[in-house]
Amino acid sequence: MANKEIMTVNMGPQHPSTHGVLRLVIELDGEVIEKITPHIGYLHRGVEKLSEHRTYHQAMTLTDRLDYLAPMSNNLGYVLAVEKLLGLEVPERAQTIRVIMAELTRLKSHLVWLACHALDIGAMTVFLYCFREREQIMSMYEKLSGARMTSSYFRVGGLSQDVYDGFEADVRRIIDEFPGYFDVYEGLLTKNTIWLQRTIGNGVISAEDAIDYGITGPALRGSGVDWDLRRDNPYSGYDKYSFKVPVGEKCDTFDRYKVRLVEMREAINILRQALDSLKPGPILADCPKVCYPPKERVYNTIEGLIHHFKIASEGFPAPEGEVYQSVEAPKGELGYYLVSDGGTKPYRMRIRPPSFVNLGAIEKMGKGSMIADLVAIIGTLDIVLGEIDR
Amino acid sequence: MSAIAENNRAVIRLKEKFPSAVLDVKEFRDEVTVTVSKENVVEICQFLKTELRYNLLTDVTAVDYMGKDPRFMVVYNLYSIPNKDRLRVKAAVGEDGPRIDSVVGVWNSANWLERETFDLFGITFVGHPDLRRILMTDDWEGHPLRKDYPLQGPGREPYKGRLS
Repeated sequence: MANKEIMTVNMGPQHPSTHGVLRLVIELDGEVIEKITPHIGYLHRGVEKLSEHRTYHQAMTLTDRLDYLAPMSNNLGYVLAVEKLLGLEVPERAQTIRVIMAELTRLKSHLVWLACHALDIGAMTVFLYCFREREQIMSMYEKLSGARMTSSYFRVGGLSQDVYDGFEADVRRIIDEFPGYFDVYEGLLTKNTIWLQRTIGNGVISAEDAIDYGITGPALRGSGVDWDLRRDNPYSGYDKYSFKVPVGEKCDTFDRYKVRLVEMREAINILRQALDSLKPGPILADCPKVCYPPKERVYNTIEGLIHHFKIASEGFPAPEGEVYQSVEAPKGELGYYLVSDGGTKPYRMRIRPPSFVNLGAIEKMGKGSMIADLVAIIGTLDIVLGEIDR
Repeated sequence: MSAIAENNRAVIRLKEKFPSAVLDVKEFRDEVTVTVSKENVVEICQFLKTELRYNLLTDVTAVDYMGKDPRFMVVYNLYSIPNKDRLRVKAAVGEDGPRIDSVVGVWNSANWLERETFDLFGITFVGHPDLRRILMTDDWEGHPLRKDYPLQGPGREPYKGRLS
């Protein structure tokens, strides 16, 4: 009779498949996982603490660095939370551009997910293709905000500047070209025997368990829960667009893969509608107490300079109260809980990171599966450690 | 209390069921916040989950109101996927040996979220299955998100430059 001996294996924090600095201590019975103990916090920078010492405009730059694969989604959640706290209405053009950028960000984030997920399982070609396409969106980021990752393009009240000449053409090119690329990825993976063997039946979590563990976003929809914040609690004008919310059935890695691919196609659909409805107009709310003045006024008039200086040095006071605003970020529900004591800085800014809560379910999803499948489970959860550790 | 909070079905049911435990109901920007006594927090959460279908615990966190009594507020952000609405439940926790009952038995997602609140605020969740630090290292001293914890960290010269 074979004796049962548990072996403890350490995975990470420096491991190519842990998507950053995640450390897992795995207890194995042969090749079967008995227990997973995640250790996180290697990337903790104290974003919530730092934001208590920044004005509302300054604290936005901290949010770029949460989920660094989707900076504009983080910015969007933050500015919406502050605007809710202030009761500020944002012009329609700014809202539409925000939606366009949020959906491009979703594409960008999902492309990295697909690239790394496929690479982890052994499909290297997909990785190269996805990064090639992602570069188009990255260069749009650069043209729009001057930065490829730390964009901080949105502002409380609207946008930092209007879009560059040729923006519409760039978005139009993505709308026209990307569906063809998605066909290529599907051609490489959806009927690929190795891919199917690695993903079907892997990391199964039922809908009840997924909700119980607080999983949100595509990972929850892969378990068959028909819930999307963009449709069910619309923000930034998402109620104007019609789009499908894909759901899975078998609750496994393959269904989550299909959900995310349909989501990418639906992002193109939303982009098309948003671009068609984009009209000229103001990009910043008419609220001088909160918004920065236009640059021409700052450089050419003394009043404009004083105005800019006052907002940059003092910030603006927010009414006393507390709000929670969440957005459907590529990874799931990204929420900001802001508490204001009436001052110019957040009294408390809590970030509800989707990756953090989703990763909490890894123990449930991984238990009883083979050690080799754990890499696929990490990939399918689509975690980013910058957001988990904050 | 405004009309929205008064007519909120969860608030009406909670007041019927727990008349003495519901201490305050507030409404701000169309969001309803219910403050409850910390002794009843698990019962109330269980009731909200099973009877009122708040099946998703989105977030658990705390706020440090240093100088006020009681000092801490533990905040639960709930969401109902069937009804698509939110509710915020808060419970006050005192400064001396801050502790509150854990809701891990109600929602599993509370596990990591309570660990984080324990780590950064030093609030003990009684009945939590695995209450360890999660973001800071195990041997860390102090709780960084408390208002009396220095921004630059312990044992270092305070930052002398501008913060804003």
